[in-house]
Amino acid sequence: MSQTIKLTLNIWRQAGPNASGQFQKFHRDAVSKDASFLEALDEINEELIQKGEEPIAFDHDCREGICGMCGMVINGMPHGPRTLTTTCQLHMREFKDGAEVWVEPWRATAFPVIKDLAVDRSAFDQIIQAGGYISINTGSPGDANEIPIPKAVADLSMDAATCIGCGACVAACPNASAMLFTSAKATHLGVLPQGQAERLSRARAMVETMETAGFGGCTNHGECEAACPKGISVDYIARLNRDYLKAVVVSQTT
Amino acid sequence: MATKALALHQTTVGKKAIMAVTGFIMVGFVIAHMLGNMQVYSANPAAALKAYALLLRSFGGGLWVARLVLLGAVVLHAWAAISLVKQNAAARASRYHVKHDAVTSYAAKTMKYGGFVLLFFILYHLAHLTLHIPVGAPAVADEFAVFERMKAGFEVPWISALYILGNIALAMHLYHGVWSMLQSVGLNHRKYNALRKQAAVAVALVVGVGNISIPVAFMAGIVG
Ligand code: HEM
Ligand code: FES
Repeated sequence: MSQTIKLTLNIWRQAGPNASGQFQKFHRDAVSKDASFLEALDEINEELIQKGEEPIAFDHDCREGICGMCGMVINGMPHGPRTLTTTCQLHMREFKDGAEVWVEPWRATAFPVIKDLAVDRSAFDQIIQAGGYISINTGSPGDANEIPIPKAVADLSMDAATCIGCGACVAACPNASAMLFTSAKATHLGVLPQGQAERLSRARAMVETMETAGFGGCTNHGECEAACPKGISVDYIARLNRDYLKAVVVSQTT
Repeated sequence: MATKALALHQTTVGKKAIMAVTGFIMVGFVIAHMLGNMQVYSANPAAALKAYALLLRSFGGGLWVARLVLLGAVVLHAWAAISLVKQNAAARASRYHVKHDAVTSYAAKTMKYGGFVLLFFILYHLAHLTLHIPVGAPAVADEFAVFERMKAGFEVPWISALYILGNIALAMHLYHGVWSMLQSVGLNHRKYNALRKQAAVAVALVVGVGNISIPVAFMAGIVG
């Protein structure tokens, strides 16, 4: 059995945020099935550098599925065809021999392209700055397990905390909405006892920051949940909707 | 946490809540309206519908309150829809060359177009059967001759076709809208999440089939 495949890769090239981009075609005769998608791009880049051409810019860091840097849309799917998998963890054996592959950056007004496949996700940082924290006094750390947290609550919080902030939800959403990300971050803190005091003000501040950053609204398509490499559920979106509405409509403190 | 002062109607989450509440009012109305319409299948439909029309009129001010609530719901719903459609389009200004849909439905993707079909249909329907402007149908003089006016309209094939198309659009809108409105106001729970989608299918089917049967029945000569 052959250990390599032939592929035609169409990769988005864009010189800068305001430049107009286009696809560049790469015919690859022998791509190892065991290579990761990023390794396949690395090989192309080595050849480009040897020829004295500009390598393809793409983000990556951990290459083990936890940092959330390696976002790109492959054949119309954020992080490619395999569910619950980041691009760095995607192997070339997922593609058929002779296949044509289209690679594009996350497309969202709130995530401007820096170059080629690399986008600026600092809009996510703004949302975190608005409420992705719990206010406590620093000093010597409290005792572990000082505040008992029921298992169901801890699980809910931890499931939300698996969000790696990669932006696949925004990329997949027909409206480039950031509701899945925002709701995961708000829930992660909002269900814990330590996060209760600021729960409603957090929901409100994070939603308002998300609004002004240029994301769209949620129309309940569910594409975000399907694209999320960590399987974050749209149930969190309903929870954020609930907390936001409480904050704006009935709360005495927000 | 410093909060910027955005009011409910200035955020997408708030606008969706407005759409959900106004949508809920309209869903209640279309279910009740469809059930009222079923009187065309009673033994003496002309008398039954006339009595029904007179009954509604006897509520006087109450009828006007209901009409104003419905009108307000349509206006707010359409306002929020236009505002969200614009913001959502601006958020994805640059489009994908290849885009694969994983789970969304045709109904969900066409809410905005279906909504405008509904707006047009609602205007036509109000002109035809509420304001008695006989757009394309023979005029019926008696204000309370509801059945006769329906018959005169539905015997014109394009008018029947318009009602059928309008109600297909309505059923599709309900198929996505009924569960979506619950999600938008945060009504979800693992125990009944599946039920939300089943309820949406049921409402869409019952309202759609019930209403569409009426022009079909007139054209087929089953009633009339
Ligand atoms: C006046 C014309 C109408 C327009 C322009 C319109 C448009 C829309 C749009 C664009 C959405 C948002 C879809 C999304 O976010 O995915 C929506 C949602 C909805 N619509 Fe309409 N629609 C109209 C009439 C109606 C009618 C007559 C009903 C009920 C009988 C209705 C019930 C709903 C419901 C329940 C929702 C879901 C709300 C939510 O997701 O929170 N709409 N509509
Ligand atoms: S490079 Fe870190 S998640 Fe892919």
